[in-house]
Amino acid sequence: MSMILWILLMVLALGLAGWAFRLAGQNITGNSPYFRDMPYGVAFGYALAAGALLGGLWLWFQPGAVFFRWAFQGVVIFAIVAWLFRLLGRAVGTAGTRKLFREMPLTASFGILIILIYAVLAIFAGAIAPHGQEEVFARVNILPGGNPETGGDPAFPLGTDQIGRDLLSRLIYGAQNTVGIAFVTTCLAFLLGGSLGFLAATLQGWLDQVLSRAVDVLMAIPSLIFALLLMTIASAWAGSEKWLLTVYMILIIAVIDSTRVFRLARAVGLNIVVMDYIEAAKLRGEGLPYLIFKEILPNAYAPLLAEFGLRFCFVFLTIASLSFLGVGIQPPLADWGTMVRDLSQFINFAAFSPLTAALPLLAAGAIALLTVAVNFVVDWMLHRTSGLKD
Amino acid sequence: MSDLLLKIRGLKIEGRSDETWLPIINGVDLDLHKGEVLGLIGESGAGKSTIGLAGMGFTRDGVRISDGSVEFDGIDLVNASAETKRKLLGTRIAYVAQSAAASFNPAHKLIDQHTEAPVQHGVMSRSESAADAVELYRRLRLPNPEEIGFRYPHQVSGGQLQRAMTAMAMSCRPDLIIFDEPTTALDVTTQIEVLAAIRDIVEQFDTAAIYITHDLAVVAQMADRIKVLLKGDEVEEAETREMLSHPKEDYTKSLWAVREFKRPQKRVVASGAVPVVSVRKVTAAYGPVKVLRNVSFDIHEGRTVAVVGESGSGKSTAARCITGLLPPLVGSIMVDGVEMPADYRKRSKDQLRQVQMIYQMADTALNPRKTIGEIIGRPVQFYMGLRGRDRRRRVEQLLDEIELPADQYFDRLPSELSGGQKQRIGIARALAAEPRFIICDEVTSALDQLVAEGILKLLARLQDELKLSYMFITHDLATVRSIADEVVVMKEGQVIEQGPKDEMFRPPHHAYTDLLLSSVPEMDPDWLTNLLAERGVDNIGDAAVDKMG
Repeated sequence: MSMILWILLMVLALGLAGWAFRLAGQNITGNSPYFRDMPYGVAFGYALAAGALLGGLWLWFQPGAVFFRWAFQGVVIFAIVAWLFRLLGRAVGTAGTRKLFREMPLTASFGILIILIYAVLAIFAGAIAPHGQEEVFARVNILPGGNPETGGDPAFPLGTDQIGRDLLSRLIYGAQNTVGIAFVTTCLAFLLGGSLGFLAATLQGWLDQVLSRAVDVLMAIPSLIFALLLMTIASAWAGSEKWLLTVYMILIIAVIDSTRVFRLARAVGLNIVVMDYIEAAKLRGEGLPYLIFKEILPNAYAPLLAEFGLRFCFVFLTIASLSFLGVGIQPPLADWGTMVRDLSQFINFAAFSPLTAALPLLAAGAIALLTVAVNFVVDWMLHRTSGLKD
Repeated sequence: MSDLLLKIRGLKIEGRSDETWLPIINGVDLDLHKGEVLGLIGESGAGKSTIGLAGMGFTRDGVRISDGSVEFDGIDLVNASAETKRKLLGTRIAYVAQSAAASFNPAHKLIDQHTEAPVQHGVMSRSESAADAVELYRRLRLPNPEEIGFRYPHQVSGGQLQRAMTAMAMSCRPDLIIFDEPTTALDVTTQIEVLAAIRDIVEQFDTAAIYITHDLAVVAQMADRIKVLLKGDEVEEAETREMLSHPKEDYTKSLWAVREFKRPQKRVVASGAVPVVSVRKVTAAYGPVKVLRNVSFDIHEGRTVAVVGESGSGKSTAARCITGLLPPLVGSIMVDGVEMPADYRKRSKDQLRQVQMIYQMADTALNPRKTIGEIIGRPVQFYMGLRGRDRRRRVEQLLDEIELPADQYFDRLPSELSGGQKQRIGIARALAAEPRFIICDEVTSALDQLVAEGILKLLARLQDELKLSYMFITHDLATVRSIADEVVVMKEGQVIEQGPKDEMFRPPHHAYTDLLLSSVPEMDPDWLTNLLAERGVDNIGDAAVDKMG
């Protein structure tokens, strides 16, 4: 009860602060148009931002807020690195790419940088990782930090897991497995959903009905439960062939996610097929492939691209979830979802050894970071292609 | 002077484009007295609407007033607070937009939208305002004034909606109304009744108005004074009669002269000749609704047949039947005396090639993601089988035909072109198929008069050079007068009258043709007054069409 009271009081205080801020602004600037026409909502927003800033500052100096400080430092470091990266992009490269970087917001350069790093890690995992992903060492459960006095080992900077595999190496290989599989799956989902969606939009009639109702049926089933169910069946089919199970997983997730792509492609396609230039192409006698790939697709890039970014993240999370539940990417292949599950008990050590507790967060953070980065880049691309200002 | 209502001095407006501010209006002065109607005319991009909105102290997003003053009845609108402006807008200044259909909220009844402003501003109570709405509807001669307010926007016609919009602007009895092209989207017969209604009500309440349009004949009926704008600069301003009889500047004279482009009519074709396209007793329907009934007409080689009629008369449907997009229920389409398969999917490549189409909206007719070279090059490759260098040479040749320099335009996207240039690309795409017959569907109605004239001249030249036949669909009789050889008048899916142009424009006409012809505004400022005196206020527009049955 007193908690609610406190929150109410705080909101009230913020509300008063916002009002006072606007009044002060009006008086100090001699009623300039900016403060004069400022809606109260904006003033409240300023007060809220100031409150959040103060709260953050207070939290920073609390002794227990290790993770908050880490997160904050991380954001600052990433911002600086992204800024430097953009600076670099403005200085080197062709005139075209330099112009691109000049007009790029910081979030986009951050996203591109992260995606590049992930790509390099995934492609050259074998060369970068200090050990193999399946290599088992004699010493198990070495703590991270690499300091022998606190139970670490310089050879394993992030320590080893319960059966003695190097965690750093597994984290790097995880990029290859999780991101690579997610990428392939998303591409497959787009190929399937996109082409069927455009086909339905162009031909309409009974084909559209059949496809759309089939998609409705698939979408009616909760996707994770459905994927789990199918994966259980698939694991019976795959038997002892672990790689076959991975192939099944890619197909299953691709089909389930293609239903969402289908919906979007069909809706976008329906708006495009009514255009006069499609009619002109039909009257010219153009075939279906030309209509779909040369006339419709180029005009549907923007929404499809946005969906690709979002869909990639969802697929990625689905794979991680399935792995976390034990039916996704199979050991001994390294995978971030599995890592989060295997290391999850360490979160209990947060109060005593923040570094150890950070281990499961590291894998989860790797997932989160990529998701954020991809969305930053997609937002920026959308902004560019749609020509929207502000 | 004390009765000065709106005073604009040295107005400069800028629009943002890629981080820099480009001038839109470069210092315009404007005076508007109480009860006076000022006409603003100019081509698109002249800044008419921008000035109109600035008269309300408003600018669109990404646009700012950089210099100058706007004073409404002594109140400085440039520096006024949002609060002050909010009190003025709606009560003392109102705005009527071009498309009433897009400006009404489709989810609410007309009367609810009408009463919103007076109630919000505390001018009237809801019931007072509703009673007033009925009175305004009556004065604007809307049918069933008691009942029409309870309809939704989609349940009334375009001309009625535009009048309901005017009634809404009048709801608080403003001192100033800004009309932004209120009749541009309407048919000629509908336009008249809206013009008459607006003129009456502005006179009755002694309201001042700024009337923005690109149509000289319309502004001649409405305005006391006319101001001509060109690319953000004032060209000249004068009293309407003075301006019409003695335009001073060359630009104004060129605007006046546009309507005088006229081709002589070609000789009537010998009776034995086989027409290029022949529409034989075609009846067509969308679902159960018949939109064409027993329509027949012929189009001969090198001739232009103009098909005229109001929206919904079946002009465009006839074109869809010829192209095969809508297979007719009964009747047939012959090309060079040979019957074409009814469905375009069953036609051969060569049959498809012979009939080409140019669309009204060049924006939607050109794929925005393809370069000009690709757009024109595709039919060249598809029909003629030309590739690589040959294809490029042919495209350049075609660009040359439509008077655009090939090296500059080959790699551009449609969005980098003006409206008139886009329409030229549409023509080039049709020409690329080397057709015998082209359907022009309202090709000039979305263009400014000077640009439209250029397109018409181009089409006329191409016809002479390439012996093309045109089917020219339009509702603009001035266009018909300038380009057609033969005229087909359509109404409600039937051909009312057809014949050579010179005969069609000479009395006696069919009653409907007469109505159409007499509804086209003329440059004479007394035209509307005379017409109303002649026909009576109740015998114009929809009412007159209905009477004819």
